[in-house]
Amino acid sequence: MSQVFHDIEKKIISSLKDNPKQSSESLERSTGLSADQVRRGIEWLKLKDLAIVNESQASLVSLGKNGLESIQKGLPERQLLNLLKDGQKKLSYLQKELGPVFGPAMGLARKNNWIKSDSDFVSLGNEPAEIPAEKIILQIGDQHIHKEKIDSSELSALLRRPDFVVEEIVKTREISLSDTAKSLEMSDSTGAIDVEAKVPQVFVARTHPLKDTIDEIREIFVTLGFSEIIGDMAQSSFWNFDALFTPQDHPARELQDTFYLDGISARKVATPQQIRNVSDSHKRNWRYQWDINEARKMVLRTHTTCVTIKHLAETKPDEARVFSLGRVFRNEKVSYKHLVEFNQIEGVVVGKDVSLRDLMGIQREFYKRIGITKIKFWPTFFPYTEPSLQTMVYNERLGKWVELFGMGIFRPEVTRPLGITKPVLAWGGGIERIAMLKYGLDDVREFYNNDLGWLRSASKCQ
Amino acid sequence: MPVVELSYSRLQKLIGRSSKKQISDSLPFLGLDIESEDKDLVRIEYSPNRPDYSTDFGIALGMQGLLGIKTGAVRLKIKRSRKYSINVKPDVARIRPFVTGIVAKDGKIDDKIIKQLVAMQEDLHFGIGRKRKKSSIGIHDLDQISFPLTYSTTSKNHKFIPLNSDKILSISQILQSTDVGKDYGGILANSPKMPIITDSENEIVSFPPIINAAVTTVTPKTKNLFVEVTGISKADAEDMLSVVATILQSAGFSLEDVKISGSKNSAPKLESRKMSVSPILVNQILGLDLSRSKIISCLKKSRLDASQKGKDILCMIPPYRFDIFGPMDLVEEVALGYGIQNLEPALRPSQTIGQTSPISQSLKYLSHVMVGLGYLEALNSSLTSRRVLHEMANRKPSKTISVRDSKSQEHTILRDSILPGLLENLSRNIHKSYPQKMFETGSVFSEGNPVEEKTSFSAISAHQDANFTEIKSILQSALKTGFGLDIRTKTASHGTFEDGRCAYVLIGNKTIGIIGEINSQIIENYKIRVPVIGFEISLSDSILKSV
Repeated sequence: MSQVFHDIEKKIISSLKDNPKQSSESLERSTGLSADQVRRGIEWLKLKDLAIVNESQASLVSLGKNGLESIQKGLPERQLLNLLKDGQKKLSYLQKELGPVFGPAMGLARKNNWIKSDSDFVSLGNEPAEIPAEKIILQIGDQHIHKEKIDSSELSALLRRPDFVVEEIVKTREISLSDTAKSLEMSDSTGAIDVEAKVPQVFVARTHPLKDTIDEIREIFVTLGFSEIIGDMAQSSFWNFDALFTPQDHPARELQDTFYLDGISARKVATPQQIRNVSDSHKRNWRYQWDINEARKMVLRTHTTCVTIKHLAETKPDEARVFSLGRVFRNEKVSYKHLVEFNQIEGVVVGKDVSLRDLMGIQREFYKRIGITKIKFWPTFFPYTEPSLQTMVYNERLGKWVELFGMGIFRPEVTRPLGITKPVLAWGGGIERIAMLKYGLDDVREFYNNDLGWLRSASKCQ
Repeated sequence: MPVVELSYSRLQKLIGRSSKKQISDSLPFLGLDIESEDKDLVRIEYSPNRPDYSTDFGIALGMQGLLGIKTGAVRLKIKRSRKYSINVKPDVARIRPFVTGIVAKDGKIDDKIIKQLVAMQEDLHFGIGRKRKKSSIGIHDLDQISFPLTYSTTSKNHKFIPLNSDKILSISQILQSTDVGKDYGGILANSPKMPIITDSENEIVSFPPIINAAVTTVTPKTKNLFVEVTGISKADAEDMLSVVATILQSAGFSLEDVKISGSKNSAPKLESRKMSVSPILVNQILGLDLSRSKIISCLKKSRLDASQKGKDILCMIPPYRFDIFGPMDLVEEVALGYGIQNLEPALRPSQTIGQTSPISQSLKYLSHVMVGLGYLEALNSSLTSRRVLHEMANRKPSKTISVRDSKSQEHTILRDSILPGLLENLSRNIHKSYPQKMFETGSVFSEGNPVEEKTSFSAISAHQDANFTEIKSILQSALKTGFGLDIRTKTASHGTFEDGRCAYVLIGNKTIGIIGEINSQIIENYKIRVPVIGFEISLSDSILKSV
């Protein structure tokens, strides 16, 4: 089978077929590719098991400053011998002619008996036919040469002399073809690329998965004829609790369940008539001294119902379908199933002849649209609805029924004091629970960790 | 929600003619959630408005109705014996003014029954008793007490042997050294006089709402019981007594009355209430078309008495059903008797046209613009910590709002800015590949009148080549595409940003936010190894609604 290669790969392979072991530099020369192209080409071939790269270290030698000077002028000892060719010379003359190299030149020449000297004069001794160091200097010339290629004993002597020969250790890469590559035939269709090769991973930018679920739910209620209302997260206890018939000494209102804003109370919570009516309803039904100062305390809303009831109290509609969606707060220990802050949807239908069965029908339709068909209804209790139900949905993964939205019809004790005369069907519940089902999560905290690993890869499982 | 542990075999005996499966299938339709099951044992969650469900006797009563084994209201049979009485002295008026009580005789008491009674007592104390503040119960061995009793006050030096102790302790010692004393002593506040029930021999029977005397302890050898309830209102005390009386009668005891007199106190009535409900209301609310006789039979299955009276239905509500406020509660009783599983959901076509709020709409659009610019959407809590919001981001606290008694140290303060949270997010992702680009929109809070909530929009980008120009380009493009707005920037200085690389963001002459390269010290403190740039702007409603 012939394989498709990039032009760079083709050039490298054919060069290596001609000349089986090469360095990167030699490949650059033989292929005419840039250093970067060669580097990339070798990486690609290596990943495909077509190229073998042997990395090794080598000592290279080259001439230093004094070595390069010696090529022109000759080594100091040669310069000395040359000055003596036409007879003996005075020491002071030689010192002047040779300058700083006089000392080393004299030392070397004396040691090798190339010269003879007395107190004043120097003359030739056994003049050598060849100085080994000269040979090495010429051999190196302007190149970088592998140390092994040079006579080692002479080289080491030369290396000891200052700045004649410089040694450096370099890493070298020797590239050769693997056995598979040797028998490769290359396709000659021009411009083809390796379409089967792996590609680098890129990450999408995206909206948050929980936001996607929120948007999906919002969309469903809008198509079911509901309009969205929005309200503040910081609410007075009046709208969060009192207006919803939750007595002021109810355990849910305690600090350990509800976040109270430190030292913050609302001056005006509602109209004087609303306050009077709600207070009367509490006194009459719950038999205690209702206190306006409790109602003024600001809390982080524990449900979005406060937004809906406020809206209904302001508009007193005969007919309406509205919903609110947003963050709610509970003072709980954070765990895999509890957050201090989560999203809730809450909707109401107001109408003169709406019934509990209609409320159940809206629930069933909603669940159907988010893909949940196995549901049932159980009775339950909420302080502000009567009758009250909860939806149970079957979680296939856990193999059991789990509770989702709660619902009911607002109690007359809630609606009457606020001047709402028609029955109000209401339901609501947490959105994270639905999103957990959709994304197959067991730990609700994942939604707020902003772990890029998860955000970049999360996909729906249902 | 409170939880009670029951045994199926005991329940079967109490209910009669029923199988375990029938019971377990029907529990949810009484409003009781099965929390867990282990062979014969079942743990059940019940609603706090039904304290009668705190014992298996109460659940059996409900279940008999639902299964049609016994229907109609449970009537209390109280023998008027006139043998027992409590006289109330005026000095209790300021502390805990009311007492009531009942005698229950000839019952069989075993460990299981004691366990159920204790569970009931605890639930009543916690729920309708509001942690014993509103009302509390003492259950005693009748035969250890010599009547008549006196409810009065005494000094803190008064001594007796309290329940579960063998030492004689003064009231002060009880309040200071026992668990119940420490937990509930606060109810008596700093009153110098303590409420006390003593018998005719001046022996202490009970120190409400804290503890009984040891001498009246109920044991499996006890045959006859005396129950007293004290509280701050007569009605609350009698409500609580009605639950105990109903449960004890169901447990096989014969009830006898206790005469209460003195200082605005009087004998409990424990009578049924009358309440009418219209069949029209029932059928309208439930969306059904039930006949009067069907409605009556449904109410009886919910263990109420009901009969036809003119066009309406007259109900007799036993005293322990004080959760029933009005006719709407009776509608629910009809629904339960009818069976929620028998209600068929109905879907009516909507007459209204739905609409997303314009603010959600434009925030959603902005998200899509940011995604188009290569930014990933992040979500952080509004509740955060001073560490993230101020210390790590090098910002000065101003007008920030704290919450009281948070159970989590990471959630103690409401954010007044989104950017610090995003920086913290980067620090958790330092091993993930770069570039990292994130944005978030959400509410920020500050003290106002009383609280100011604004929508804020922030984005950050972290990578090797990040610089001021890049982030300004992004913001410029986002606001132009998102809202058709042109921005300007003007040199600024801000602790979160690098000096000389920071600017205010303006629309016209109005400053709406801040932009720049993040201060290198912050980046270092978070151990992030690349430059970070970011901005945060405030999106007023007028901007959001302009689209």
